[in-house]
Amino acid sequence: MSNADTGIGASVKRREDLRFITGEGTYTDDLNQPGQTYAAFVRSPYARARIDAIDVSDALNVDGVIMILTGADMAADGLGDLPCGWMVKQKDGSDMVTAPHPPLATELVNYVGEPYALVIADSRHAARQGAEAVMTDFHELNPVVNLASAAQSEQIHAGIPDNRAYDWELGDKPATEAALAGAAHITRLDLINNRLIPNAMEPRAALGVYEKGTGDYTLYTTSQNPHLERLVLSAFVQVAPEHKLRVVAPDVGGGFGSKIFVYAEETAVIWAAAKVGRPVKWVADRSESFLADAHGRDHVTHVELGLDQSGRFVGLKVQTTANLGAYLSLFGSAVPTYLYGTLLAGQYRTPNIYVEVQGVYTNTSPVDAYRGAGRPEATYVLERVVETAARELGRDPADLRRMNMIQPGDFPYQTPVALVYDIGDYEASLDRALEAIDYQGFPARRIASKDQGKRRGIGFACYIEACGLAPSQLAIQLGAGVGLYESGEIRLNPTGNATVFTGSHSHGQGHETTFAQIVSDKLGIPFDDVEVVHGDTGRVEFGLGTYGSRSLAVGGSALMMAGDKIIAKGRRIAAHLMQASVDDVSFEDGKFLLAASNQSVTIQEVAFAAYVPTSYPEDLEPGLSEKAFYDPKNFTYPAGTHIAEVEIDEATGEVDLVALVAVDDFGEIINPMIVEGQVHGGLAQGVGQALLEHGIYDEQGQLVTGSLMDYCMPRADNLPDFIVDTTITPCTHNPLGAKGCGEAGAIGSTAAVMNAVTDALGVKDLSMPATSEKVWRILKGE
Amino acid sequence: MKVSLTVNGSKHKVDVPSNTLLVDILRDHLGLTGTHVGCDTSQCGACTVHLNGSSVKSCTILAGQAEGVHVTTIEGIGSVTDLHPMQAAFRDRHALQCGFCTPGMIMSAIDLVNTSKGLDNRAVREGLEGNICRCTGYHNIVAAVLQAAEVMQGSSDE
Amino acid sequence: MYPFKYHRPTSLEEAASLYNGSDDPVYLSGGMTLIPTMKQRLAAPADVIDLSGIESLTGISVKGDKLTIGAFTTHAAVMASADVRKHIPVLAYLAAQIGDAQVRNRGTIGGSVANSDPSADYPAAIVSLGTTIHCQNRSIDGTEFFKDLFETALEPGEIITSIEFSMPTRAAYRKFPNPASRYAVVGVLVADFGGSIRVGVTGAGPCACRASGMEKVLNDNLKPAAIDAVEVPDAGFNSDLHASAEYRAHLVKVMAKRAVAAMLEG
Repeated sequence: MSNADTGIGASVKRREDLRFITGEGTYTDDLNQPGQTYAAFVRSPYARARIDAIDVSDALNVDGVIMILTGADMAADGLGDLPCGWMVKQKDGSDMVTAPHPPLATELVNYVGEPYALVIADSRHAARQGAEAVMTDFHELNPVVNLASAAQSEQIHAGIPDNRAYDWELGDKPATEAALAGAAHITRLDLINNRLIPNAMEPRAALGVYEKGTGDYTLYTTSQNPHLERLVLSAFVQVAPEHKLRVVAPDVGGGFGSKIFVYAEETAVIWAAAKVGRPVKWVADRSESFLADAHGRDHVTHVELGLDQSGRFVGLKVQTTANLGAYLSLFGSAVPTYLYGTLLAGQYRTPNIYVEVQGVYTNTSPVDAYRGAGRPEATYVLERVVETAARELGRDPADLRRMNMIQPGDFPYQTPVALVYDIGDYEASLDRALEAIDYQGFPARRIASKDQGKRRGIGFACYIEACGLAPSQLAIQLGAGVGLYESGEIRLNPTGNATVFTGSHSHGQGHETTFAQIVSDKLGIPFDDVEVVHGDTGRVEFGLGTYGSRSLAVGGSALMMAGDKIIAKGRRIAAHLMQASVDDVSFEDGKFLLAASNQSVTIQEVAFAAYVPTSYPEDLEPGLSEKAFYDPKNFTYPAGTHIAEVEIDEATGEVDLVALVAVDDFGEIINPMIVEGQVHGGLAQGVGQALLEHGIYDEQGQLVTGSLMDYCMPRADNLPDFIVDTTITPCTHNPLGAKGCGEAGAIGSTAAVMNAVTDALGVKDLSMPATSEKVWRILKGE
Repeated sequence: MKVSLTVNGSKHKVDVPSNTLLVDILRDHLGLTGTHVGCDTSQCGACTVHLNGSSVKSCTILAGQAEGVHVTTIEGIGSVTDLHPMQAAFRDRHALQCGFCTPGMIMSAIDLVNTSKGLDNRAVREGLEGNICRCTGYHNIVAAVLQAAEVMQGSSDE
Repeated sequence: MYPFKYHRPTSLEEAASLYNGSDDPVYLSGGMTLIPTMKQRLAAPADVIDLSGIESLTGISVKGDKLTIGAFTTHAAVMASADVRKHIPVLAYLAAQIGDAQVRNRGTIGGSVANSDPSADYPAAIVSLGTTIHCQNRSIDGTEFFKDLFETALEPGEIITSIEFSMPTRAAYRKFPNPASRYAVVGVLVADFGGSIRVGVTGAGPCACRASGMEKVLNDNLKPAAIDAVEVPDAGFNSDLHASAEYRAHLVKVMAKRAVAAMLEG
């Protein structure tokens, strides 16, 4: 294959596919260790209770049970709490209030499924039998389940009044209120952003190994960010020092955010491995995943949008209560604040914006980042209220948006909510999307549907997202516990091929292909000569992992920088080999060239010379291996327009998504095939939120939608073929010009679908998901 | 209990507790880890294999029920150097991302093509009702199945 | 799953004797409900008696105006049967709506009917298609078979051996599936036996039943619109996350109208 077929911009078939389609992938549950034991967790059946006594005597008698460890054992060993990695400052400047989160509960359990003990046994079955035989005396307490009334309910955590973790704000309140007071029209909307359960198809798993002879720990686990996992486990939980702990995230079957966080289970497993002196394995059942994976979304919001006579947005005020669950998960504090409030300008020139967010504890599973993380919630608020304003004013929703859009000449654009957008062309994607959906033809389609007893609706969402987390200084200033750069390393081997290491982690994104394309393109070496290594702290330089659509923009940029260093050193070696001055040597397509004499040496020859330095610059180290840390200068700002068209069966209330268009600007694209795939997947999740998915707790805090029998995952027959396209404005501040594409599908589509459903029904709002019964009740006038 | 079964053409005898599932025999006893477990309510289809030629969820078959059966798993339909047309189409159409649901999806898709005539987009979507994918939004899976169907049904006519 | 003893008898007699000899026995047919229930540890039988070894339980045959399906016949086999397609096409259609392809390849008609899941599809056919449920030692009229939620007329130890169907002149089934589990929220089968209309409803109440009110109006006026006049009270109907009793009552009428329309269209 020539590099034209494999370089940047080519839809290279994924190399990781070969192992996946033949069943040769290696996921955590596929790994086994000699002498391995199995862990089962003992979990709270109550949403809120005091643990009065735990009796393990029966459980210890279960055949095959080796050891039972409780929260008290963990505390006795001095293990620390699971931390929240982002400190949010409240309105009054004080720190948010963090409830202690022991990996295994000791005195109180605060959500159904919270682990408080684990049973180690010779077999999976024995472990589970043992877990069932653990007898616990609980004193039930009144659970706090309802988000809206959580502040008035019993206090969950000592020292945290009103169950409020924080009361946060962003923007200019007086100016926004003044703008709303002077507005010609105000559109008001009350919205609920429904709780979602991520459901990556591979359940979480962990396999902990402890080497007695060396004191080394190895944790194989389903993680999107093995270095972050290691950092938390060593610096905060203090299971083992960082240099004695290796975390490996092998093939990981999807994450969508849910595998970012450091959970109780892998913490307990690696700790227990040393206590038992044998490897310990745990694999979640799906039922456990429902209870114990961090959930997503779950907001209640009131929004007011003020417009002047001409329809220009003059002010936007947003009040949100965000459900954080029982404890603050790793990024749980940041998602409804910095990843949400900062996005409320959207694609518009709204001059005055104010947002306040109350982060609230409830007796439910912790809530954290799920695909989009804050940005879908922001887009939902903004695009629902904008669409509603257009309807109230009798304006075409596309036109109203267009007249308010930030124009190409406005960049860099400082929003009233902290961000500086570097570049974009929002009308370009709106125009392309209107064309793709055949907006002109919609009225005729609506009539045709009506003739068949169907109501047709169309809905828009023009979204923006901030990706490429994040400029470290800015992030740390805003409360992040770590910098958010990424590492990349290129080792040119003596024979001229390359081993590439990235701190990003691929769990479906195709980094092994895309990153090889980048390096192959950058260094002019054949694609097949580039191997990408990720997901192992024992092999890869410290990195921050994959979330927030950051891998390409940040991790890819690190590889570009490492490539620059390779070329720079290579030029010195090449100059020496060609007996020329470094300044006269250029690099192109894998060759170091000396223009004057038309001489050249290949990068492979240079690599050989670097490792076999027979003729070599005197003052230069041998070897050709370079590493870089890329710290982004700004966020990247992917944006686009999603348009949905639905048909509603008037007799049953069933909503049929008949068309979904997504036109996105991701900046420069490395592999269009992979980008399309990422968009498709995001769209399905966005549609799922709008039409199918809902994590529901009953009043007692029991998860009602605790299995795939009740939690409705999108299946093939729920979805149409998608129409996707891209427009391009290259990111101005990273070497690839790339912005990130992993979450966009889930960010715009939800609002677009709900705008379409409410359009079809002629109602202002309808809570998600728009189930048949809810829609039917509206149709019959309730 | 002792169970004899043929998997991917090879005969095996395993001695397992009666509450063992076929998927456990495949994964834990025969080392065929390409078949995955994605749920515990028989909904997700990640564990789909062919039993006597038909797609089944191997998480919902007891060891005893596997006595004497012929099982084909993802490892038995093709290899990296000799892909089944369905495997090839999945790669060609980017019909997988994380790969976890993929073996089950491919096994279901092969049975769907084998047992259907005149498949179209809608029929493929309905035919894959028993397999959940969280990554792809199914768009490319449907394209891959239709592409493979052309190859598979074309070749069976010869 | 809790431990149990697995048995695979080769005759009905052997099955019954195993059943009678156990403290907590259960028959296993396709296992599509039983095995997930056992996996969830919601059932812990001491003895699992697999009926797959009893050859007399499989097969589809036609005799006169009756079509008989062996209890161990899978949904996929019913769907694919030329006899079923020829004589009772609605049954092949209904079988194709059950679960998903993998479930249809394992699940059996006898297992489904014996289980009396309120949201299973087959029961709508059992109550409306003039059926006789044959067991080892007796036969039960299909309209008398379902008693309540997961309760049937079967005595402990009794095994359905086959189900005999009458052949309607024409019939149609319409189902509103649960979006998550794909079971029937409501399923309605309308059958015309030479001018006599029978309507079977599943999903709505604790077990499948005939809708005599609908049958009455349809016997007078075989049109979808005739159903508008029927009151479907929701008292006693199931109510869950996916559909309230009131919505189910509404869906019964919608599905019935659609089934009538489909039947009339042929």
